[in-house]
Amino acid sequence: MLKISETDEIVFAPELITKFNEIVSRYPEGKQKSALLPILHLVQAEYGWVSTAAMDKVAEYLHLKPIEVYEVATFYTMFFLKPLGKYVLEVCRTGPCHIVGAEKIMKHIEQKLGVREGEVTADGLFSWRGVECLAACGMAPVLQIGPEYTYYENLTEAKVDELIDSLRLTTAEKPQIN
Amino acid sequence: MGRKLLLEHINVPGINTFEVYRQKGGYRAVEKALKSLSPEDVVEEVKKSGLRGRGGAGFPTGMKWSFLAKPEGKPRYLVCNGDESEPGTFKDRYLMTHIPHLLIEGMIVSSYALGANTSYIYVRGEMMPQIRILEKAIAEAKNAGFLGKNILGSGFDLELYVQPGGGAYICGEETALIESLEGKRGNPRIKPPFPAISGLYNCPTVVNNVESIAATVPIINDGGEEYAKIGIGRSTGTKLISASGNLNRPGVYEIELGVPVEEFIYSEEYCGGIANGKRLKAVVAGGSSVPILPTNLILKTVNGESRLMTYESLADGGFASGTMLGSGGFIAYDEDQCIVRNTWNFSRFYHHESCGQCSPCREGTGWMEKVLHRLEYGHGKLSDIDLLVDVSKKIEGNTICPLGDAAAWPVASAIRHFRDEFEWHVTNPQEAMTRNYGLAHYADPLPKVEPVTAS
Repeated sequence: MLKISETDEIVFAPELITKFNEIVSRYPEGKQKSALLPILHLVQAEYGWVSTAAMDKVAEYLHLKPIEVYEVATFYTMFFLKPLGKYVLEVCRTGPCHIVGAEKIMKHIEQKLGVREGEVTADGLFSWRGVECLAACGMAPVLQIGPEYTYYENLTEAKVDELIDSLRLTTAEKPQIN
Repeated sequence: MGRKLLLEHINVPGINTFEVYRQKGGYRAVEKALKSLSPEDVVEEVKKSGLRGRGGAGFPTGMKWSFLAKPEGKPRYLVCNGDESEPGTFKDRYLMTHIPHLLIEGMIVSSYALGANTSYIYVRGEMMPQIRILEKAIAEAKNAGFLGKNILGSGFDLELYVQPGGGAYICGEETALIESLEGKRGNPRIKPPFPAISGLYNCPTVVNNVESIAATVPIINDGGEEYAKIGIGRSTGTKLISASGNLNRPGVYEIELGVPVEEFIYSEEYCGGIANGKRLKAVVAGGSSVPILPTNLILKTVNGESRLMTYESLADGGFASGTMLGSGGFIAYDEDQCIVRNTWNFSRFYHHESCGQCSPCREGTGWMEKVLHRLEYGHGKLSDIDLLVDVSKKIEGNTICPLGDAAAWPVASAIRHFRDEFEWHVTNPQEAMTRNYGLAHYADPLPKVEPVTAS
């Protein structure tokens, strides 16, 4: 299911470069470094995670030193620095979600998927992890799935089952070509 | 019913589109400002309104604007803070989702007032759906001539962009946000210089919360004085409150500042009381960083006065018996909630989110999390409770940015008001693993305090 492995060389598609160029145009001349976070999001959406080779290419594109990209990618928790499942269920674990059952939801996901936090299911489809407050406290418990980061709110165990089953079905209907 | 200035049309179908928003009187504030007011007039109206920063600090917005340096030949920037990461706060996400043009309109008016020709809305990366919504709204507004060159023939140019964050609470702090917008790690800067002098790309910059920017729209439409008529004292206007936790109707409510806390929790107009017929144990009134208060203190001040939803009333009594309005992240805890566990949860959050620049915060937050974890899991000692207070005191005030204070206050206040519950965890470790401490005496009404008459 993985689109790229640790050692794969990265060549950005022309359409991706077009998007990068549009982003860079939002900032004053010489301030292209500002494009780093939006570009890393695009890279992760494209490849499923952010490999070192991909970061090096981003550095090259933005005329930065590779370390300037590494230090940013490691600081922000949204960037996956190792391959995860196609769908990463990110469950809010903070205060307001916590008091209305986030832990129960995470335990349920763990059992349902049969993998621990941060691991990948054998079919490469799913990973899950607890994340900090997603700003949906009134609709708690809540989880989201990238790269669209759709919110799934007012979760129950039944809703989680339904969600995971439907994602499995979607993938079965439209097989991914690696 | 309280007046609604921001959410008046929230239930109108299609209000998220330019067309419907415009039909409902949208972009009138832009027309009024650009056609009949000078930038200084707009700043003056915002000053008159008494609007205070809605992100949490409560600093007067008009005053913040008036500090903006205007050196020749340097661009000025307005950056909207849509990082909204304070646990318990979800009002900005709500506003951006349902009525995005209100924010865009506010950005145009505010940028005009500050003389900014390029403005950014920094939104936390997790809110990718909201980022898409805003980008669409910007395209619609631009199409209709409200963005771009020479807006409405006024000679004023404005480009507006949305910038995603990457999942870091600290980027809600304005200088960390600026660093992040420059493509760096979100490490807060040492102030001074303040962003008003040297912010984004070392240019004069104003950073305002989403709700503050949105509030400039009704202020310009109706005038600052009209806005200031709502509310009590220095708490003027309306405020979005994010209500969560064990409530019958959690959600985002626009209140006129001054509504009694009791009414907000129990009335049918707002939260409709505590869920499942339980009793209220405690409230965090302004986002996870502000002191937690037991029921008796959140409903009434120590002088027996009804506690109101205003900056001043919630802070009445200082940290001994009061709290803060903060970002308006209102979290209610029922009798089944464990204060120790909740405090541990918040400490884990701050440890996770500390940027690591300052030792007291980097080390202290981890230390507090560890100690709270052992208290919660039955391995604590009585001396741990004082240790927590000690560590929290050594973080507070000793860091570059307020994250240190924000990490210290919830711990210190939980121990201040719920010390017996912490002690019970130490003295009854087995029992504490199987059941919660419960309500104890926290919902009891306070004894009447005899009024002291000045002689």
